[in-house]
Amino acid sequence: MRTSKVAIADTAIAPAEGGGPLAKFGWLFWLALAWIGLIVLAAALADLLPLPSPTDMDMLERRAPPSAAHWLGTDRLGRDMLARLIHGARISLTVAILAPLIGLLVGGALGILAGYCRGFLETAVVGGVDVLLAFPPLVLALAITAYLGQTVAILTSIIGILSIPAFTRVARAATLSLASREFILAARAMGATEVRILLRELLPNVIPPLMAFFLLAIAVTIVVEGALSFLGLGVPPPAPSWGGMIGEGRESLEAAPRIAFLPALFMFVTVLSFNVVGDTLRVLTDPRQAAL
Amino acid sequence: MTAAAPEAAPARPLLAIEGVSVTLPTPRGPLTAVDDVSLELAAGRTLGIVGESGSGKTMLSRAVAQLLPRRARLSGAVRFADQTLTALDPEALRRLRGRALAFVFQDPMTSLNPVLSIGSQIIETLREHLGLERAAAARRAVELLGEVGIPSPEQRLAQYPHQFSGGMRQRVAIAIALSCEPKLLIADEPTTALDVTVQAQILDLLAREQRRRGMAMILITHDLGVVAGRTDEVAVMYAGRVVERAPTARLFRAMRMPYTQGLIAAIPKLDAPPHTPLKAISGLPPDPIRRSPGCAFAPRCPLVGARCRESRPPLETGDGHQFACWHPLPANAAAAP
Amino acid sequence: MLGFIAYRLAYLLPVLLAVTLLTFLIASLLPGDLAHAMLGDQATPEAVAALRRDMGLDQPLWWRYLSWLGGILKGDFGRSFRTGEPVLGAILARLPVSLELMLLAEITALAISIPLAIQCAVNSGGSFDRVVTGIAFAKLSLPNFMAAILLIYVFAVALRLLPATGYTPLGEDWLGNFRSMLLPSLTLALAEWPVLMRVLRSDMIATLQEDYITMAKAKGLKRRRILFVHALKPSSLTLITVAGINIGRLIGGAVIVESVFALPGIGRLLLAAIYTRDFMILQGVVLFVAAGFVIVNFLVDMLYAVLDPRVRHAHQ
Repeated sequence: MRTSKVAIADTAIAPAEGGGPLAKFGWLFWLALAWIGLIVLAAALADLLPLPSPTDMDMLERRAPPSAAHWLGTDRLGRDMLARLIHGARISLTVAILAPLIGLLVGGALGILAGYCRGFLETAVVGGVDVLLAFPPLVLALAITAYLGQTVAILTSIIGILSIPAFTRVARAATLSLASREFILAARAMGATEVRILLRELLPNVIPPLMAFFLLAIAVTIVVEGALSFLGLGVPPPAPSWGGMIGEGRESLEAAPRIAFLPALFMFVTVLSFNVVGDTLRVLTDPRQAAL
Repeated sequence: MTAAAPEAAPARPLLAIEGVSVTLPTPRGPLTAVDDVSLELAAGRTLGIVGESGSGKTMLSRAVAQLLPRRARLSGAVRFADQTLTALDPEALRRLRGRALAFVFQDPMTSLNPVLSIGSQIIETLREHLGLERAAAARRAVELLGEVGIPSPEQRLAQYPHQFSGGMRQRVAIAIALSCEPKLLIADEPTTALDVTVQAQILDLLAREQRRRGMAMILITHDLGVVAGRTDEVAVMYAGRVVERAPTARLFRAMRMPYTQGLIAAIPKLDAPPHTPLKAISGLPPDPIRRSPGCAFAPRCPLVGARCRESRPPLETGDGHQFACWHPLPANAAAAP
Repeated sequence: MLGFIAYRLAYLLPVLLAVTLLTFLIASLLPGDLAHAMLGDQATPEAVAALRRDMGLDQPLWWRYLSWLGGILKGDFGRSFRTGEPVLGAILARLPVSLELMLLAEITALAISIPLAIQCAVNSGGSFDRVVTGIAFAKLSLPNFMAAILLIYVFAVALRLLPATGYTPLGEDWLGNFRSMLLPSLTLALAEWPVLMRVLRSDMIATLQEDYITMAKAKGLKRRRILFVHALKPSSLTLITVAGINIGRLIGGAVIVESVFALPGIGRLLLAAIYTRDFMILQGVVLFVAAGFVIVNFLVDMLYAVLDPRVRHAHQ
């Protein structure tokens, strides 16, 4: 407790301590948003763009430096880097968006119900989430892929399920801090049913922090899928994915480091962009901060 | 209770606050917490500083110890024991604090570190300033705890603040403050956070230790009842300024400021008949950011006149009694008790 | 204190049980038959049936779970399909490597984050603070395997200072061991320090505004003592909690790092089991890692109580 007036005066003067290193919507935010837009667009239109096939191997042009035919050069099997990067973006981003969506829908619902209904439901949900969190996530993902097989669908589902605990936590925390506010009590006093309160009053206020977290989860998913593909246990070859390309580039580090570094750069910038945007939104939509 | 006759003050006062102002920058503009305050305190004497919340009394005490928040601006000078604190380098200040100049804070629950034992919080001061060995410091710490009235001090040395009651915690804080034989002790509302039953004990403890050690003391409070009979002199602060200052007995007997009169009248009297309404001073203290040109107390003063709203009354000094008012109460107003 | 330990222990055991159950259920996800997967498509139905009886695969699920659990409690994690070596033995042989890696990584991460966090908190909002916080934020977007590749390129390929892969055991040659562990533990530490630093920094900023810090200044204590004893100790609680939670990510990171740098640890064992479809080892490793993780979190909780006396006494 900081009851002294001196401390109060000090905090009144000090600027609010936010999340990331930016103040509201800085130039970094817009830059990040622009890159996200660009890469998502390129990935969506991958088939329509004038690119060589990402899987065509040109054995005469292996590890070739950038040229007119191959704008970013080729990898160790002679495949066009740019094409692989953009098609890899498509796969990585598809997983990155769909998997957290599972977490958002399932985890969000569980968290809201747990935070609103309390009691046994809450204990069960929190307990279940704790057990799931007892497993180091990568280890669990690896184990399940080993048993179920390696396809993009299974990968997306596993990562999605693994993201449920985090979304449950965020949703529950937001619900707990909102459920005691006056507007909920007012709705109840006016005779609204619990379901209506849940849908019309609570949900619209829990969605913003969940969406902010969703963007952060996309960033994490890109990394997790990247790690799995890097180990050869994620997106099955020959389909390109950034993580897989980095893994393949490992043996060419001496001859052509660009093969590993280009996908690394793309992945880094994309993850950073999602982190910047997500963090900014998180700071803006945190219901606990709004209560100050 | 009062010390030697007031007119035999020593040549140089122990503490001299000269024209000190403290401002804090805020989004709405600069906040003047302390406005051109000058005070003196002789060695061995007790000064009470009384004021409402926001009168600047806490900021003033922090200014003396140079413990202001980072963004505060201090102007004026503070002289203590032949040194000018406002011009001193941080290392010299650090050696002074805790040793010659000690502080007791308002809330012992927050001013004591919750994860360190109270023994270590006493011992660290002893070791820092007196250079004692750990065993000797521990022994002295036990003695100190006994002196402030904590039972079974050996056992309590290893305990943590949350294992003590509020009054006991404040005794510990006092023990820490007294540990290096300070020349001046500043107690900032030492009893405000405590139960009423415990308040008198703590104040008596402070008074007793002050006499025993011949220490100068500044007692800061919003409660005039606290300073009655426990201080040699009282300064009343309002809106960052000293508005009246006098030897304690004289202040209570013959106050000149309507504000002081209001404060004294607000003290509930034990011998008043039941259901006597409490007399409060109506209104609120002024906004420290937007200051009016006239007397700060004008909006609430029962004796307010046109001049009061236009210009600030200067601080008049006469035979040891200072006051700042255009319409002071007549001298020798109340009958002698 | 004992009451506190007993209380937490009572919570630990059901979680451990649930972990064994979940591990077993995941293992039973395998489509088709374990025996079939082991013998391959060429096996005769009789051979498959015989193996199924042998392995007890024809028994109901709950029976298999209980007998497996019974074996675990006796220390029998089964035997590897490929090599026949006991699973637990294989795990324990590789445990020291992973432990050394994670310990070095955690120590390095703390050594980086604590001084940085303190310096940032003391001058919060200043240029040093902004730069360091920015770097930390950016580093959060650089995953383990990328950092590993970068470090290998810089130190092993370009500068040729350190080996890219390989491991020298501590007993053999401690300098060689250090050289082979330097890049791997640095990779993991670089992944950990942003989170640790951010948490400690914001906790310290809050702590430095507490009254007891002003009191410590009023006592004339040395600045170093105020920062490292009065401010760091209360803030360290959050740090330890976060470090404990991060062990899960540290383990995941260790899997990647061991793979990239070819260290013979548990992570590499896990991957090898996956590549060779040795499900016995896979099951054992997953259980071991998960149970270990739960127990370590429990120990972190205990440590928390040691450091914060208020937590201990809350149960008295």
